[in-house]
Amino acid sequence: MAHHVLDMPIDEAQARALKLGDTVTLEKTLFGIRDATLIAMFDKDRRTRFDLKGHAVIHTAPNVKKADQRPGNNSGYEPVCIGTTTSMRMERFTKQLMQREGVRVIIGKGGMGPATLDALKEFGGVYLAIVGGAAALETTWIEEIEDVDMDDLHPESLWKFRIKGFGPLLVTMDSHGGSMHAEVNASAAAKRADVLARIGGL
Amino acid sequence: MQVDIKEIEEVAKTLYIRALKLLPTDIKQGFERLMRDETSTTGKTVLGTMVENIAVAERTKNLLCQDTGIPIYNIRIGRDVSLDGAAMKEAIRRGCERATKEHPLRSSVVHPITRKNEQTSCGIGVPVINIDFDERPETLEIEMIPKGSGSENGSFLQMLIPADGVGAVKRFVVDKVIECGGRVCPPTIVGVGIGGTSDVCMHLAKVAATRPLGSKCSDEEGAKIEAQLSEAVNELGIGPQGLGGRSTSFRVHVEVAATHITMNPVAVNIQCHSARRASATITPGGIAFA
Repeated sequence: MAHHVLDMPIDEAQARALKLGDTVTLEKTLFGIRDATLIAMFDKDRRTRFDLKGHAVIHTAPNVKKADQRPGNNSGYEPVCIGTTTSMRMERFTKQLMQREGVRVIIGKGGMGPATLDALKEFGGVYLAIVGGAAALETTWIEEIEDVDMDDLHPESLWKFRIKGFGPLLVTMDSHGGSMHAEVNASAAAKRADVLARIGGL
Repeated sequence: MQVDIKEIEEVAKTLYIRALKLLPTDIKQGFERLMRDETSTTGKTVLGTMVENIAVAERTKNLLCQDTGIPIYNIRIGRDVSLDGAAMKEAIRRGCERATKEHPLRSSVVHPITRKNEQTSCGIGVPVINIDFDERPETLEIEMIPKGSGSENGSFLQMLIPADGVGAVKRFVVDKVIECGGRVCPPTIVGVGIGGTSDVCMHLAKVAATRPLGSKCSDEEGAKIEAQLSEAVNELGIGPQGLGGRSTSFRVHVEVAATHITMNPVAVNIQCHSARRASATITPGGIAFA
């Protein structure tokens, strides 16, 4: 169980070096993405002007306030509160996100399913679990909203954040077929009959 | 007591922001209890991060969670209270919209078909406003709940039949907790509705999910199931964020209503660990926030 500090973006070898149970802290750049963004990109074939190759995306739609544009901030927004949403709704977009856009790291909560696990294996990527609902803390890891694309989808725009010490995050799905979420689910399913028997629920 | 409508608008605005920033005491105490009982190392770490987040939110005066939720206002009107009900509903809506624009907050509310976001946290039928009456003299209570969507998506209704028995009700709850896993941001409060019509059953589950920790189902049979299920779900090993551990739920809460001889409905509505709610009680003496 190693700890990795990654300056984003990363290459395939760096992604494949990450193993289940490792912890990761990200530096430099992180993109925010979620339901409406992904529907626009892959169901409606909208293209972003951002280069996502080798980058990390986090499942989020932030609370922001208007700010003046200045060097290092082309977005016109400042963060108010930035946190993470449930990943599973975005399951069917992972493959395209990795294949077409070159994304290597997905950050979210609650884990993802078999289609994501396959894509992580095929293209070389990793899913990092963050503690959902801990947004006040997460916001302190974000220095600036550098830029925003597709802001007509606000707040579900494509966000570019400058980050500092973003983590530690836990590797819960890796490129070697490992999924802590699948393990926990299987273990809960195995306990089901005993638990139900004790309360007259069988 | 004559209620000033302008005051309701201010209270509706203040409550939305307060609810998003200050976690109720019973939930904080719930975290302390889970921390003591958690045996998994990952589970302990995750709970520790959640507790740290509560402190960071207070220190930085920030929102606990980025999900501003679906705004719900529960109004309880006591005896000898005089107010213009339609004006009250409009005032709550204005207060909700002002909180969104003036703080500012993320508007998490869209049209269900066009998906258009008006950036006001309002829309058709939203904010949800529930109105009820009670015995308290000259008292108006407004409770605000920003219901997070990750856990709201963990909502289920099953119209079981009498032959299925109460065993099927318990099985339904345990199966839904397993199905939801980490997606509903555990540790949760699992709200269970038993009985009523389909809509009442679902509403009971919401009431149960948003009830304070430490409260108990007023029906004796409901309370028994509540105790059994509370033990049961924490033996599944799902744990905080679904990453393993004992602390799957703070508690299972049950609410019941009488039902039809042919029916045996059960509903589940889940509340995530950011179990936010805030209330204000208006009396002739002034406004008290809690």
